[in-house]
Amino acid sequence: MDSEINSKENPSLKYLRKDRLPHIFCGGCGNGIILNSFFKGMESAEMDFDNIAMVSGIGCSSRIPGYVKCDSLHTTHGRSLAFATGLKTGNPDLDVVVFTGDGDAAAIGGNHLIHAARRNINLTVICINNNIYGMTGGQISPTSPKGSFGSTAPYGAQDAPFKLAELVTAAGASYVARWTTVNPVQLSNAIKKGLKTDGFSFIEVISQCPTYFGRKNKLRTPVDMIRYFKDSTVVKRKADKMTDEELLGKIIIGEFANNNRGEFTKGICNLSIEECGKPTYKKSAYKL
Amino acid sequence: MSEEFFIQGNEACARGAIKAGCRFFAGYPITPSTEIAEDLSRLLPKNGGSFIQMEDEISAIGAIIGASWSGLKAMTSTSGPGFSLMQENLGYAQITETPLVIVNVQRGGPSTGQPTMAAQGDLMQVRWGSHGDYEPIALSPSSVQEFFDFTIEAFNLSEKYRVPVVLLADEVIGHMREKIVIDDNIETIKRTAPTEKGEDFLPYKALENGVSKMPAFGDGYKLSITGLTHDERGYPATSNPQDHQKLVKRLCNKILENRDEIARVKLEQWEDADVILISYGSSVRSVIEATFKAREEGIKVGYMKIDTPWPMPEKEVLEVSKIANDLIVVEMNLGQMVHEVERIAKNNANTHLIGKIGGELPNPDEILSKIKELV
Repeated sequence: MDSEINSKENPSLKYLRKDRLPHIFCGGCGNGIILNSFFKGMESAEMDFDNIAMVSGIGCSSRIPGYVKCDSLHTTHGRSLAFATGLKTGNPDLDVVVFTGDGDAAAIGGNHLIHAARRNINLTVICINNNIYGMTGGQISPTSPKGSFGSTAPYGAQDAPFKLAELVTAAGASYVARWTTVNPVQLSNAIKKGLKTDGFSFIEVISQCPTYFGRKNKLRTPVDMIRYFKDSTVVKRKADKMTDEELLGKIIIGEFANNNRGEFTKGICNLSIEECGKPTYKKSAYKL
Repeated sequence: MSEEFFIQGNEACARGAIKAGCRFFAGYPITPSTEIAEDLSRLLPKNGGSFIQMEDEISAIGAIIGASWSGLKAMTSTSGPGFSLMQENLGYAQITETPLVIVNVQRGGPSTGQPTMAAQGDLMQVRWGSHGDYEPIALSPSSVQEFFDFTIEAFNLSEKYRVPVVLLADEVIGHMREKIVIDDNIETIKRTAPTEKGEDFLPYKALENGVSKMPAFGDGYKLSITGLTHDERGYPATSNPQDHQKLVKRLCNKILENRDEIARVKLEQWEDADVILISYGSSVRSVIEATFKAREEGIKVGYMKIDTPWPMPEKEVLEVSKIANDLIVVEMNLGQMVHEVERIAKNNANTHLIGKIGGELPNPDEILSKIKELV
């Protein structure tokens, strides 16, 4: 333990493309906590790092895979799950991880999100929900709380937010959890479970964007935002017994789904075995 | 050995895809292309391939891009409205140099238009539909046999140049039934992996033909693939004008500099022609008939059948413009290829349009009376 603390290098650095640092994230951003939690979850799940492929869309959260030293596909806005569906089906041996955000997954990519969950394809999705569009400068998103401020909501958000973990659970995902950047231990445990789940795993992480969400909502510093998360979270067990009124403004954390429904790419592979006696033909572009 | 079949154009396309080595299809039902998806949903599992019906056309092209990077030859098929939805990801396939094939069985537009009727109104959308600069490759079949042959050619070109290739068919060719011959020995271009190993490999460093080798995800190259302007390693490089110029000019030049090798045209009875008809896709059928009728009446008419509307066979168009007095472009829109022909022919010949919309093929007699007006 001592040697780890005293060593000059952060233990996560060995997984990063050092030639791409420094990164573009603002001071106080939650992305670092989440990426660290990801590596811890990956290590405790005993995953082979060399077998991980990351896919992302557009937005601050989607820039994470570009810094990780693994195969990565940084795609178009909202479409990461469509690209990931092709990649995973084409080679089910890969451990495909998707990094996305609230704008990417819930607004422009909302349709792909529910359909990927419905198919229950074996992807591990880390959805960093900071309730705002960070990269474009602080516009409200489909998860911005009603009444919260953004550069496109100077009078406060008029529409009701999506509850992502609940939405994806209803759509049929095998593993769903929601934690915040205040719960890194539970978060890395959920990521571990997500990676181990043979089906669609969705880990929603409520994260802070002090630069935009905080500044426009009287939570100017990262500490203000962390404190706000601490004060607003309610564990799911407790929340199940509370009324809607009591839950107003609260963030429900915990596990929402953990089941063993049939996985999509296994079905595709089995169909191939039934119809031609062999599993689907991997990397066939080099042979056919 | 070869086998003969009497089948529909869309079915020929599906069979061509299997022969070309396609082992992944993702698509969304849309008239008049749906039979391609239906046939491949049956054929792919019998050939060790995967078929996915996606939630829309945006995700269909997204999925085939992902599948292509997993190491498979991949295809989607659609018609006008779906092709419109694919434009953003089509640009992504261009900038990331992802081989894939998109079949567009054209119908009447704009918008929902005439779902069951033929048209050639998407020609310019193939050229300019996605934002930014790029040079597309498109093949346009005018028979069921060609729909089969061009499907294989489309895969071969996509692998050779690491580009998305559009197979620009239309409802007539998609739904028509004709005899086709399928040869046992079909030449396919296999994808080639880089010889060098590991993380030092530069996936965007051009080799011969302006194209580099393409590894698959999971091969240990630690690929960084992005739709952002990138350097040879694949890392984002968005603020230096030179990086952007270098990348985008290479992407365009790998097609332009190989134009003569890619472009396919067929010229008939052109050496002595006063009038040359120029067409592509199903309209070619009327053009052939009109040429035959004109020659019977002693009028010197020839025709040019353009199999690759993109890249335009500029050399050949220029050549015939110096021979004939009049060029008549026959197409099923209100004038798209005619602008290209005009641009290339300049003042060498007078360029005219027979542009027919509504879903019927141009009538050979209409073409003949236009010819008679001119001579």
